[in-house]
Amino acid sequence: MQGKDLLGLEDMSRAAIEEILDTAGPMREIMHRGIKKVPALRGRTVVTLFYEASTRTRVSFELAAKYLSCDTVGVAAAASSVTKGESLKDTARTLAAMQPDIIVLRHPRPGAAALLAREVPAGVVNAGDGAHEHPTQALLDLFTVREAKGRIEGLKVAIIGDIAHSRVARSDIWGFSRLGARVFLAGPATLMPEAVEETGARVVPLGEALYDADVVIMLRLQLERQQQGLLPDLREYAAMFGLNRERLAMARPDALVMHPGPMNRGLEITPEVADGPRSLVERQVENGVAVRMAVLYLMAGGGAKTHDALD
Amino acid sequence: MTLLIEGGRIVDTVGQVLRRGDVLVKDGRIAAVGKVDAGDDVRVLPAEGLLVAPGLIDLHTHLREPGFEAKETILTGTRAAIKGGFTCVLAMPNTRPAIDSGAVAAYVARAASDWARVIPVGAVTRGREGRELSPMGELKEAGVLAVSDDGRSVAAAGLMRNAMRYARMLDLLVISHCEDETLSAGGAMNEGYTATRLGLPGIPAAAEEVMVARDIILAGETGCRLHIAHVSTAGSVGPVDNTLNTPLVKLKNRFGPGLPTRVAKLPALVAPAPLNSVKVCPAVKVPFVTMLKTPS
Amino acid sequence: MPTREKARVMDGEAVRRALERIAHEIVEKNAGIEGLVLVGIRRRGVPLAMRLAGRIRAIEGGSVPVGVLDITLYRDDVGLGGHQPQVYQTDIPFPVTGQKVVLVDDVIFTGRTVRAAMDAIMDLGRPASVQLAVLLDRGHRELPVRPDYVGKSVPTSRREMVKVRLTETDGEDGVVILEKS
Repeated sequence: MQGKDLLGLEDMSRAAIEEILDTAGPMREIMHRGIKKVPALRGRTVVTLFYEASTRTRVSFELAAKYLSCDTVGVAAAASSVTKGESLKDTARTLAAMQPDIIVLRHPRPGAAALLAREVPAGVVNAGDGAHEHPTQALLDLFTVREAKGRIEGLKVAIIGDIAHSRVARSDIWGFSRLGARVFLAGPATLMPEAVEETGARVVPLGEALYDADVVIMLRLQLERQQQGLLPDLREYAAMFGLNRERLAMARPDALVMHPGPMNRGLEITPEVADGPRSLVERQVENGVAVRMAVLYLMAGGGAKTHDALD
Repeated sequence: MTLLIEGGRIVDTVGQVLRRGDVLVKDGRIAAVGKVDAGDDVRVLPAEGLLVAPGLIDLHTHLREPGFEAKETILTGTRAAIKGGFTCVLAMPNTRPAIDSGAVAAYVARAASDWARVIPVGAVTRGREGRELSPMGELKEAGVLAVSDDGRSVAAAGLMRNAMRYARMLDLLVISHCEDETLSAGGAMNEGYTATRLGLPGIPAAAEEVMVARDIILAGETGCRLHIAHVSTAGSVGPVDNTLNTPLVKLKNRFGPGLPTRVAKLPALVAPAPLNSVKVCPAVKVPFVTMLKTPS
Repeated sequence: MPTREKARVMDGEAVRRALERIAHEIVEKNAGIEGLVLVGIRRRGVPLAMRLAGRIRAIEGGSVPVGVLDITLYRDDVGLGGHQPQVYQTDIPFPVTGQKVVLVDDVIFTGRTVRAAMDAIMDLGRPASVQLAVLLDRGHRELPVRPDYVGKSVPTSRREMVKVRLTETDGEDGVVILEKS
């Protein structure tokens, strides 16, 4: 790992990413034991500080910590002093004084995790900062694909949907590109961010993105985009961009279907495809815990090196 | 069935009047133009002294149906169109309900096939209210080729930009009625001496020019095809010889020749009648008329 | 760190004979292979466990399950500064509860690896017993751990390093003692 924090994949080296993926495999085995606990991070404390409602990501991080024998504390911003007007900086300083080892932060503003990382000596994991990045989601996506396909290099990855507002899309673009995949983006023109092709990903019509794709990642559509004047209505979105069986047939027969969740069944993805044989959505959730265990483990020591005999 | 239209003055599709000639129509298609010897067993339509032209297309009509059948219907509108030589009309969406759904668009498209072809123009925003985008994908499926909120502008620039991006994705033309309603509000005629004399509230030229400039900028940025409807001020168009430093000339120079903008000049319905007997929106302005009459 | 080979403690033949003897001892002590499982401790304990299973099959005719144990997450020096050690996959695809588990490793030194391995096994189930087979015992125990089966005992000084080489991992069999040069 580079540095004490995990803030994003944009500047992460290929080696650092692969280190996390290599560690996640052994971690997953622990999740299938009767006693889901190893003493590796015994006595460490992980605080989850979530300013946005989230069940799955928070539970994923907390379980990952507990499986490694960490102590965990969950702070849900709505119930906390944040509603009394305490700024992120003050909250950070207050928490830091209580000596946690790692803080996992989810916040609606881009850059919040970086700000926190500057303010506290603890390691900071970005669990999503506005539309900027969501590195552990991309890491679990990479892990899932690598496991299913054996590699990332050279694969065609299509990311479909509201790219403009998606931190998952951004982290996926960085991660998949760094590991050598070809990334294609498709979606409504009003939800495609400016100059996104400067990331190296290509913006193409939906058909071209799906054609011969190895991986199809569908993004969740926030229902308020219609009120914001970006889309006429959800029905048209589903008709023009929803992933159904016919559209999926344009991808390779062994293509993977993925979604960061939670899914709007019938909107961006039909129930048939979401629950179909090529959907890896549940596997993603499982891998999420393993990847987060790997991140916490590596963060606690600062990175892996070749195994020295204990004796 | 073969038809020979004989001896008329032929107008081709770019408006050139050719010399006198014949037009041969075979099985519904034009088979020959010029000096045609069609033989016997042919129906002949003598056209001596008449203009023979391809069916004209009116890009901007109001057929008022559904909703305002007291003013006009698709039937009456298209019959009038045919009488004037217009075989195809684009019907603007300021109906009730507006043409903001596939169902209404399909209704309008189907309604008058006997008289003229009607291509519905879809609304840019739902109900033409300028708040939410209309389902342009669905409208395109129903036969719409262009969208407009005609009768109104899309007031919010942010929404117009989204609309242009969306329309471009579907390769739809945006036809813009350029009028800033906060500038034209309450106006009954052009601003000027006459309005002052009569004590009537006036509409400044800026009401149109501000929106023209805005829509050209947004079209240039989004790459959307834009058609500016019923231009009525000199400032909107710029002079014929480009010497005046109007906003449009500056914008055109900035975006270059690739700018996908076409500007409709107000047709020369400017008859010899006194201008105040011609009631149109936007109101016609004298300097503009003068400008149009200047030979190019 | 530059080292030089100080002594060759076992050659290929010695390794093979030691494993043969250990296999016999395991079978004898456990009165057969009923309920017996071998668990090799990464890294070199794994090929040793495989070889022992092979010898045991030759002796008794039946096969003994072999599992792979990575003890990295049970180390007692995790996160004490510097980098975390690399984690590898643990693969024990059979229950350990009620079984006689024989842990297999190449060298026993302070005994901390074995302590970690026992903790790991306990988290996987409740074995009937845990025994320990090592190729080389180099002394200097820091915990009360003792092997049940030993290939060879060689006293060493703490400054020395013991290197076990196996064909599967290093291309040849042998045990050497190195010292810093």
